Amino acid sequence: MSSPIDTLVNREYQYGFVTEVQSDTLAPGLNEDVIRLISSKKQEPEWLLDWRLKAYRRWLTMTEPHWGNVKFDPIDYQAQRYYSAPTSVKPKQSLDEVDPELLDTYKKLGISLTEQKLLAGVAVDAVFDSVSVGTTMKEELSRYGIIFCSFNEAVHNHPDLVQKYLGSVVPYSDNFFAALNSAVFGDGSFCYVPKGVHCPIELSTYFRINAAETGQFERTLIVADEGSYVSYLEGCTAPKRSTHQLHAAIVEIVALDNAQVKYSTVQNWYAGDKDGRGGIFNFVTKRAKAFANAKVSWTQVETGSAITWKYPSVILQGDNSTGEFYSVAVTNHKQQADTGTKMIHRGRNTKSTIISKGISAGDSQNSYRGRVQVLPRAEGARNYTQCDSMLIGNRCGAHTFPYIEVANNSSTTEHEASTSKIGEDQIFYCKARGLNAEHAISLIVSGFCKEVFKELPMEFALEAQALLGITLEGSVG
Amino acid sequence: MLKIENLHATAGGKEILKGVSLTVNAGEVHAIMGPNGSGKSTLAQVIAGHPGFEVTQGSIVYDGENLLDLQPEERAQHGVFLAFQYPVEIPGVTNAYFLRSAYNEIRKARGEQQVDPMEFLDVMEQKLKLVDMDPDMLHRSVNAGFSGGEKKRNEILQMAVLEPKLAILDETDSGLDIDALRVVAGGVNALKKPTNATIVVTHYQRLLNYIVPDKVHVLAHGKIVKSGGKELALELEARGYDWVLEAA
Amino acid sequence: MSAALAKYAEAFAAAEAAPGSPAWLAELRKAAHAEFNSIGFPTTRNENWHYTSVTPIAERTFRPLKGAQSSAAIGGLIERAVGDASWARAVFLNGQFEPSHSSLASLGRGVRVSTLTAALAEQPDFVSAHLGKLAAWNAQAFTAFNTAFVQDGLVVRVARGVKAEMPLHVLHLVDKQAAGCMIHPRLLVVLEPSAELTVVESYISERGVEYFTNGVGEATLGDGARFYHCKVQRESREAFHVGTLQATQGRDSLFHSFSYASGGALSRTNTYTRLAGQGAEVRLNGLYLIDGAQHADHQTIVEHIAPGCASRELYKGILDGESHGVFNGKVYVEPEAQQTDGKQTNHALLLSPTARVDTKPQLEIFADDVKCTHGATVGRLDDIALFYLKSRGMGADHARAVLTYAFAAEVLETVELDELRDGLEKIAFERFTRA
Repeated sequence: MSSPIDTLVNREYQYGFVTEVQSDTLAPGLNEDVIRLISSKKQEPEWLLDWRLKAYRRWLTMTEPHWGNVKFDPIDYQAQRYYSAPTSVKPKQSLDEVDPELLDTYKKLGISLTEQKLLAGVAVDAVFDSVSVGTTMKEELSRYGIIFCSFNEAVHNHPDLVQKYLGSVVPYSDNFFAALNSAVFGDGSFCYVPKGVHCPIELSTYFRINAAETGQFERTLIVADEGSYVSYLEGCTAPKRSTHQLHAAIVEIVALDNAQVKYSTVQNWYAGDKDGRGGIFNFVTKRAKAFANAKVSWTQVETGSAITWKYPSVILQGDNSTGEFYSVAVTNHKQQADTGTKMIHRGRNTKSTIISKGISAGDSQNSYRGRVQVLPRAEGARNYTQCDSMLIGNRCGAHTFPYIEVANNSSTTEHEASTSKIGEDQIFYCKARGLNAEHAISLIVSGFCKEVFKELPMEFALEAQALLGITLEGSVG
Repeated sequence: MLKIENLHATAGGKEILKGVSLTVNAGEVHAIMGPNGSGKSTLAQVIAGHPGFEVTQGSIVYDGENLLDLQPEERAQHGVFLAFQYPVEIPGVTNAYFLRSAYNEIRKARGEQQVDPMEFLDVMEQKLKLVDMDPDMLHRSVNAGFSGGEKKRNEILQMAVLEPKLAILDETDSGLDIDALRVVAGGVNALKKPTNATIVVTHYQRLLNYIVPDKVHVLAHGKIVKSGGKELALELEARGYDWVLEAA
Repeated sequence: MSAALAKYAEAFAAAEAAPGSPAWLAELRKAAHAEFNSIGFPTTRNENWHYTSVTPIAERTFRPLKGAQSSAAIGGLIERAVGDASWARAVFLNGQFEPSHSSLASLGRGVRVSTLTAALAEQPDFVSAHLGKLAAWNAQAFTAFNTAFVQDGLVVRVARGVKAEMPLHVLHLVDKQAAGCMIHPRLLVVLEPSAELTVVESYISERGVEYFTNGVGEATLGDGARFYHCKVQRESREAFHVGTLQATQGRDSLFHSFSYASGGALSRTNTYTRLAGQGAEVRLNGLYLIDGAQHADHQTIVEHIAPGCASRELYKGILDGESHGVFNGKVYVEPEAQQTDGKQTNHALLLSPTARVDTKPQLEIFADDVKCTHGATVGRLDDIALFYLKSRGMGADHARAVLTYAFAAEVLETVELDELRDGLEKIAFERFTRA
């Protein structure tokens, strides 16, 4: 009975191509000189170089974390390249000056940097290996006082803002990969929304790894000033290569009083082949700090990467602040994911919601790991957590590791979790109505994930749903 | 249209159907009755292709094709419809989306054009009236949180939309009050055509007051032990099943 | 070897030199002692001890108890135990068996109960076949510690198809003589196929005595066996307590466990089981009531190894003062354990603003045809329910007491022994209404 399904080919990872560009790439290896070189290539001010070096020295004292429910061989950090940039990218170039080859690359990825009509309503910062290729709609945004540019540009044009907030949510000493990123980060995006401004369009960063043996270490800093609102999207892809590549990014979000930030990710890094060769190691630190009455919402759809290790978190610093985490994590073949969130309730009447949906297929391992912490001062704090796992096939695993730490008795925390097989009876019911097995599964799975999908902006929701169909292909039989 | 010969089926190694033979022609309504555990629902599910049962002997020929060679979805695409005794809940998937997906799959199999969501709503409008259902239910998840009666009506709605050639109603009357029963039966009768056939699986005679069968069969211990006209159902109602079982 | 461990080397050497143990047991103790030295006391970096620091135990030096006498206190301690006086009874005072207060004859034919010391002499092959075979003395520090220093305990064997005629009540009593001492009791239960046994373990001590109880139990449930185990820990507020019960279950067996903890400065109760035979079932329930600076930690591990097994867990905690409660429940489902049905529930009620709870309910699932859930809540009394009771004329304190008791009652109701349940309900009710 499985044969017609087995013959369904796994659709190729459609973003797995390589762009042939001339690049300025550092030789493999990491030491203080490499960091100085990265900093000088970016013509950075002294304070930033100092900060990188402090991070590097700290990193040297740390050990690679292996506490997650993921297995990987220790990474040889001296075998990685820490900087690669297409030679055509010049500092402060305008979009018209971007190398057509690069424009074409983004076009193939479905992102137009020039024909902006196609993407009206979304401004894009396109990061290619260690540099930003260009940022669209900058001028339109500047009319609202919104700063949206590459990280490197922000360092030069808005040093006060960068210096004030860089590392304020994720200190360079936070964890092994955060320290590494802080030492060697290439580029990334910066966004500042001024007081009271409601950003009228979606902002987005698109990360593309192209060069071989090169890690990507980008950094995003979003500052939403008092009473402002911004919705931010992140997408990412990489070529198919038979060796693992490291992606160790940081996203820091500061939501000042009464601000609202919505950050959505559709993570589609190359996952490796069905035997687990190649694929991205996605070791990412994402954290937000929400001040009084602020609200931060993380939504993620994780389908790619050989290994995912990320816990987008919210420090609920201010009274009445709100944190949300909506996640769909799908693993297939030999993928491993250990993902979840941390909600740290510091302020009074803070509120958090966690909805996590894990789907495991093939030989994959999928873990939810979440920490809900209610500190003594957090009177009236409330948390609701729901994490559901679905298993497709009998060679995969689904794991749930919640940590609930409550030190205030006026708070309420509720946690519910379930794990079950995809319903045989549901599949048969769909089949009895004329749907084939693959169609039935994708329907049931998207129903399972609906609570998360409805949190995604429209463009992303469609993409996520399509991605899910691809990711699970070949998972039955 | 449907010819079942000497059908044996097992579940978990236990034989449940022990040689069922049945012929249903186009335009006919057959009722299959029998005590609990007689194998009625198994027969319905085996015709639809439920993976929990294994056919060990015999054949089912439908429209000249060996039905047992087909996947459940292929059977559905060829016009076989099973109204489930226990309709399944699919959280997060709206009824409208589910029905349209099924409708389009079946149209595709027939070589017909797919319909878009707007066109489909038009199709739905009249069908909803047929089973007296609130259009709001289209936007609710498939069967999730439905009452027993709503689930059964939803099955008949699906039947109305998918227009099967062979409809099998598996205990569709169980758990329905008299008004719901009338609505469901009315829907079934309205869909009756000379080119269609219906098999009604039921424990009680009362549904057959509304859906009048051409033939009535009694299934017991995995076999059809008695067949007759609609008057057999009345006799069963009056005398129970014991006399048939003893005679058999 | 750290200083925390080195201080026990001499005591071990003395215990080792004591005559009477067979060679295999001496070997086992020695191996366990070596493991204890190499593992060391767990730190909070150990995931299994993340929320419980055993520093207060590690930094003290507890002496093995020697030459204690039977005392007048024993009568009063026995009276404090909850249960029925007609049950079969094994009394240990300060870790030593008290034959004059014990009555083991009434359990019926096919039930053999003896002290570990006696069993070593009378049925050495049986003891050597089971002692240390389930408990992980080679992986868990406290189990190794017990195994190295084990003095006495109880060995119970129930023959095939035999149902013990009444519950067996094991009383672990401690009086002032044990101040500063450590006691390492041991329980060994072997139920042959279709055997049935109920064991109630009560831990009771004189007020103000600081000592360390480190118990280890091992229970083998044959096919179709039923084992009901209740542990009631009401030791002094100065006591330290670590207790581990490791069970393994055959086909269609039932292991039902209940743990009540209200004593001790620091207590840790581990209940572990392996569902090794198809269709086995486990029910783990627990209630802890703590206040002041007490710390109570419960860990459960349920390993679903065979298909078609069911596990049910319900643990509740009521915390007052500055107490700290911990619950860590793990459910593993191995690839072969299809049709697993697992449910774990944990609720904590915080009565004071300074009490604290840490909960870690884990699921690790490697089989697909499973249905596993867990739920956890932490909160205080429901304001609306309080208002409702007050609106019916009940005073605020009384209303709070009633609701708190109601919270506890849900778990207490699962206790199948009437005398034990009624006794604990009474204790709980008095505790909440006395304030």
